[in-house]
Amino acid sequence: MKAVTSRASSAMGEGIRALSALLEARTGQVLSQDRQWRAETALQPVLRAHGLSDVEVLAAHLARHRDMRLEAQVVDALLNNESSFFRDHQVFEMIRGQVLPDIRARRADRRLRIWSAGCSTGQEAYSLAIQLCNDAENWRGWRIEILATDISATAIHRARGGIFPQMDVQRGLPVNDLIQWFEPVAEGWRAHGRLRGMIDFRQDNLLDPQAPCGPYDLLLCRNVMLYFAQERRGRMFDLLKRHSHEDSVLLLGAGETAIGHGEPFVAHPDFRGAYRLPSCARGPARFPLRRA
Amino acid sequence: MKNCLVVDDSKVIRKVARHMLESLDLSVREAVDGQDALTQCEASSPDVVLLDWNMPVMSGMEFLQALPGANIAARPKIIFCTTENGVGHIKAAVEAGADEYVMKPFDRETLESKLAIVGVI
Ligand SMILES: C[S@@+](CC[C@H](N)C(=O)[O-])C[C@H]1O[C@@H](n2cnc3c(N)ncnc32)[C@H](O)[C@@H]1O
Repeated sequence: MKAVTSRASSAMGEGIRALSALLEARTGQVLSQDRQWRAETALQPVLRAHGLSDVEVLAAHLARHRDMRLEAQVVDALLNNESSFFRDHQVFEMIRGQVLPDIRARRADRRLRIWSAGCSTGQEAYSLAIQLCNDAENWRGWRIEILATDISATAIHRARGGIFPQMDVQRGLPVNDLIQWFEPVAEGWRAHGRLRGMIDFRQDNLLDPQAPCGPYDLLLCRNVMLYFAQERRGRMFDLLKRHSHEDSVLLLGAGETAIGHGEPFVAHPDFRGAYRLPSCARGPARFPLRRA
Repeated sequence: MKNCLVVDDSKVIRKVARHMLESLDLSVREAVDGQDALTQCEASSPDVVLLDWNMPVMSGMEFLQALPGANIAARPKIIFCTTENGVGHIKAAVEAGADEYVMKPFDRETLESKLAIVGVI
């Protein structure tokens, strides 16, 4: 995972630098140089809505007035919300074919708890809900909880609505799942009530989390830490650790790793690319587990 | 290297699709309609067919219907490409034997995800 430091902002204009500092303070996300040009574009709707001529004026306005609403809008606009259904096909194949069956074999109390941290508009959580529904027979009698959190109010609002434009559903979502679990609406496709009802979408900041209530069996924090400064990543792993138990499985994004942060997590021996707590940190199970 | 047959009567679409597929490390052949595609599949069956819906001579649907009777070594995966996103249209394509469906215009990531779903990459 590439180290992102605030120094990346050294070549930015004064305005963008101030807004980027705001973004980092609120979310931990560092605006790297290659994302600067996108930032200017992303801020255009905010500028228009407030009748501000450019980014410099916006930054100056925020420096003078304590305008929390505008600040929140700026932060929201600067976040990278990119996501897709079954993002990284192999990872979801592994979840379906190995991780979920393994959890099912272990949890004698028939409880499955999943946390999608930094869920954006919900594709990750919906992908998991689809997998569980497609395998409903095997999950009969289970209590299933999926918590999906993101700092972006806009993203969470869209995730709850469950409406995705054509371009979003056709990126990664198999056609059979589209037919079975979505209905066409004017704006695109809407996830069935059964899927929407399975996921608890909450606006929540990973820097000051209120929503998670672990431990979770499966934790996904994918493509979120990529733009965190190194020391924040360490704190993020501590957070994920606090919400894990001895058999929890942690999944990160393709360009992210838990290695090099004081080993809060180690490579999972059974699941490629996944992580788990190291054996020394794995205390006694806090619920009935079936032992092989 | 896996092989993809791009079936479309538009030269521009074939060119764009070829470019995307080659960047995904697939070797590409082209057919201008369903009949041409059938002949090419019989000569040497591709791993995957990117199939247009509306074509002169033989449409994508007619190609799908003719496929089971054709003399093809291994049935290729079929990704159906159309400009329509009606659910009836999509269901008809799947019932006729399409493995996946993609609406035009599509980007490289979308195509990549569909190829992964059908197991070609
Ligand atoms: C690139 S998206 C990834 C979405 C999804 N996990 C995936 O992999 O497809 C990153 C998400 O993390 C969210 N995010 C960034 N910093 C956050 C923070 N401090 N607390 C909660 N969410 C955050 C962003 O709003 C964005 O929606």
